[in-house]
Amino acid sequence: MPEVLIIGAGPAGLAAAAAARRSGARVIVLDAAEEVGGQYWRHLPAQRPAAREHVLHHGWDRFAALRRELTGAEIVTAAQVWLAERHDDRPPTIRVLVGPADGNDRRSRTFEPDALVLATGAYERTLPFPGWDLPGVFTAGAAQSLAKAERVAVGRRVLVAGAGPFLLPVASSLIRTGARVAGVLEAGGWGRLGRAWTARPTELLSASRKAGELAGYVRDLARHRVPYRVATGVIAAHGHDRVEEVTVARLDTQWTPIPGTSRRLVVDAVCVSHGFLPRTELAVAAGCETGPEGAVAVDGDCRTSVPGVFAAGEITGIGGADLALAEGTIAGTVAAGAAPTAAQRRDVLTHQRFAARLGAGHGIRPGWTGWLADDTLICRCEEVTAGELRDIAVATGSRGLRSLKLSTRAGLGVCQGRVCGRSVEELLDRTTGGLLDPGRTATRPLAGLVRLGELARMQGDTE
Amino acid sequence: MKVIVVGAGVVGAAVARELTGAGVAVTVLDRSASAGGTSAAGEGNLLVSDKGPGAELELAQRSLTLWAAMKDEVEGFPSMEYEAKGGLVVATTEAGAAGLRSFASSQRGAGVIADDVDPHELEPDLTPDCTAAVHYPQDAQVQPAIATEALLAEARRRGAVVRQGAEVLAPLLVGDRLAGVRTTAGDLLADHVVVAAGPWSGEVAARLGVALPVRPRRGTILVTTRMPQRIRHKVYDADYVGAVGSSDAALQTSSVVESTASGTVLIGSSRERRGFDGRIEARVLSALAAKAIALFPFLSDVAVMRAYGGFRPYVPDHLPVIGPDPRLSGLWHATGHEGAGIVLSAATAELLADLLLGRPVKVPASAFAVERPTLASHLASSV
Amino acid sequence: MVDDVPLAGLAGQTIAGVLMAAGRQSWRTTGRRSRPRGVFCGIGVCFDCLVTVNGLPDVRACQRHAADGDEVTTHA
Repeated sequence: MPEVLIIGAGPAGLAAAAAARRSGARVIVLDAAEEVGGQYWRHLPAQRPAAREHVLHHGWDRFAALRRELTGAEIVTAAQVWLAERHDDRPPTIRVLVGPADGNDRRSRTFEPDALVLATGAYERTLPFPGWDLPGVFTAGAAQSLAKAERVAVGRRVLVAGAGPFLLPVASSLIRTGARVAGVLEAGGWGRLGRAWTARPTELLSASRKAGELAGYVRDLARHRVPYRVATGVIAAHGHDRVEEVTVARLDTQWTPIPGTSRRLVVDAVCVSHGFLPRTELAVAAGCETGPEGAVAVDGDCRTSVPGVFAAGEITGIGGADLALAEGTIAGTVAAGAAPTAAQRRDVLTHQRFAARLGAGHGIRPGWTGWLADDTLICRCEEVTAGELRDIAVATGSRGLRSLKLSTRAGLGVCQGRVCGRSVEELLDRTTGGLLDPGRTATRPLAGLVRLGELARMQGDTE
Repeated sequence: MKVIVVGAGVVGAAVARELTGAGVAVTVLDRSASAGGTSAAGEGNLLVSDKGPGAELELAQRSLTLWAAMKDEVEGFPSMEYEAKGGLVVATTEAGAAGLRSFASSQRGAGVIADDVDPHELEPDLTPDCTAAVHYPQDAQVQPAIATEALLAEARRRGAVVRQGAEVLAPLLVGDRLAGVRTTAGDLLADHVVVAAGPWSGEVAARLGVALPVRPRRGTILVTTRMPQRIRHKVYDADYVGAVGSSDAALQTSSVVESTASGTVLIGSSRERRGFDGRIEARVLSALAAKAIALFPFLSDVAVMRAYGGFRPYVPDHLPVIGPDPRLSGLWHATGHEGAGIVLSAATAELLADLLLGRPVKVPASAFAVERPTLASHLASSV
Repeated sequence: MVDDVPLAGLAGQTIAGVLMAAGRQSWRTTGRRSRPRGVFCGIGVCFDCLVTVNGLPDVRACQRHAADGDEVTTHA
């Protein structure tokens, strides 16, 4: 019986676990959170079960069904995978610390699986703008997870802005936790959105669950008289020690703010998301090849370039929960040594087409740098501004991201470039006339914080 | 006179700066970007404390003088974070104490300031289990990538051309003399070609037709999160000196612990020869962590946020190779500094320029010559 | 206890959830520009919400579940 290790217990990971179990494998699932479900099915903890989780969650029944299928699998929550040791000809050795987040006395575990399924998901990309470091500016995901798992609203009068369909459920969650939503601003214009959303009939049919879900959110907004504006964005946040106002402006098709269209709104919180980034540090450490957008490259069986390593869900390209479930099923089945059905493969293809269109409609456009000022922070951790990045790049003449990271300190802080990495690369690529070593902001050999004492205590069991 | 420098790391940058200062037309080539290899992967050590009497120590002593003069030369540039913080070498066993005392005594004979001290006066958080400690006030530190870029910027200001993304493919020969290089960005002619490609120097030399025994020796460093500064010096255990001079290919770790200007703590250092294998391994990180905690027990609760590795240019007799290559006229080397490239770059550049321009040398050159006896068996044949 | 002031949370809440439910929006000051920070990403990615828990620094408030008796020190 092959041992299949699955990292990530969101839709892709849980679908992979269920499929691998059905195919007869021994299954172990690791997740850093204390509950399974991932960000998509983030919910109140077991100590506070809520009878009405399905109100805040789409596909809750699917989640409940998947959870039931995990019987017999070993589920390890609060498991921080901190290192994947590459072997090239087989899955990496996986080093894990199990215990309270960022603790100093977590239990060390090591896995040498026959097959590894990476289902580490995605996190948001929020583009920098003046004032985005003020308390009261959140990613849309923060608002969502605080609403789902803590039942806390991030503010009383909240603006939701950015790009992509994710803004809609966030606004909906905010309404349900008692916030007043001042508006939802989508940077994309109707032209691109229309092309994305007017799907071919076949795609619409198969992706109808997704379309229906989104239509529900739109009705929700209308019922609460929340304005939805396209080709509009937040271009600055203002306040002394917290957000008091924001500036919004019309954006052209390249997302450059249109002069003369800006106005100020009074809010106490703003939630901003411009899309998602695949969470690939473990895949990169394992030696898996990535594509141009940084997603893990996979074949139709969800195989990566490393033998025995599979990837499913958002890390193979941002596509939403339905695609993640479909890919997870394929990955879990193949990882367990079985073959997926033709219907399962078709399911993936349909959702992929739908995702590609959404991506084309909502993808980030280069004009966003038009709302930066010289003193706008780009790297939040090390507090490096757009002006510093540009000036140092010009002064050194370097075309190396590694060197420029070290000379500007952008991306060297405690988040290790997770938040600013892409933006730093984009800005430097333009200033230098082309970086010679792009992609480095995705390389993070350590996938999480580890205490020196914990490392030292591993001596002897790290051979 | 036209000179091509292959490698835009700290040694290539220092050589370019030195030669342009003498009016030479210099083109620096790098197959990737500037300061992207070994120069971006170390702690920025400017040390005399780890060197015993001999040619390398003399080169380091000369270098420290040069660094002190260079540290704030480039205007409008981020600080290279030069800090004459001093080194503190600590022994934790009786055998280590004896070794450290006799090593320090020999260094004093060679002009190194090495004071026996009560280590807790300098580092209150150090382990109580110290058997001996020597303070080296001459040891200093720079941020190596910024230092490299600063030297390169100065060279550029003096007329050097820096071509990033240009890889050397083959020699251009006129008769039996090297007259330039063929690169991925076209042919370039020069009177002299200087190989300063760090651990990749052996490969570049081979492409130009000669064998040069420079190999990578792997190192790994841990970086902690920022914290209030509690470590004031460059602190290392006395084992470090043994590891630096060792030729063993197997993993060796010894502790080097220091704070940086940004508030992080760097923890090195491992040494292992296994080609250009860049994998980060738990066994190495674990060994580094254990040794660091042995020096500073409070580090146990400190979080590590990053681990990175690099390759030191290793030469079998542990000395850099600086000077003309007698096997191919027009070819020069400035490489093989192992873990001391940042400090030694300064005097290396000066020595190379002195030799190339026929000026009197400030340090004896023969110990670094390509044709030195200890290297002879490794130069067996051209490639 | 947060900065020596007792704060009650609900079972299973994160430290960030407890702090925000109590009306705190920021609880850390940045190193270089001394600016206030609190939750930004909410999913453990940005490390803006770091607190000290029972003397241990650099704990992400949005990831650590509050336990009875935890002594939380903020860096505001």
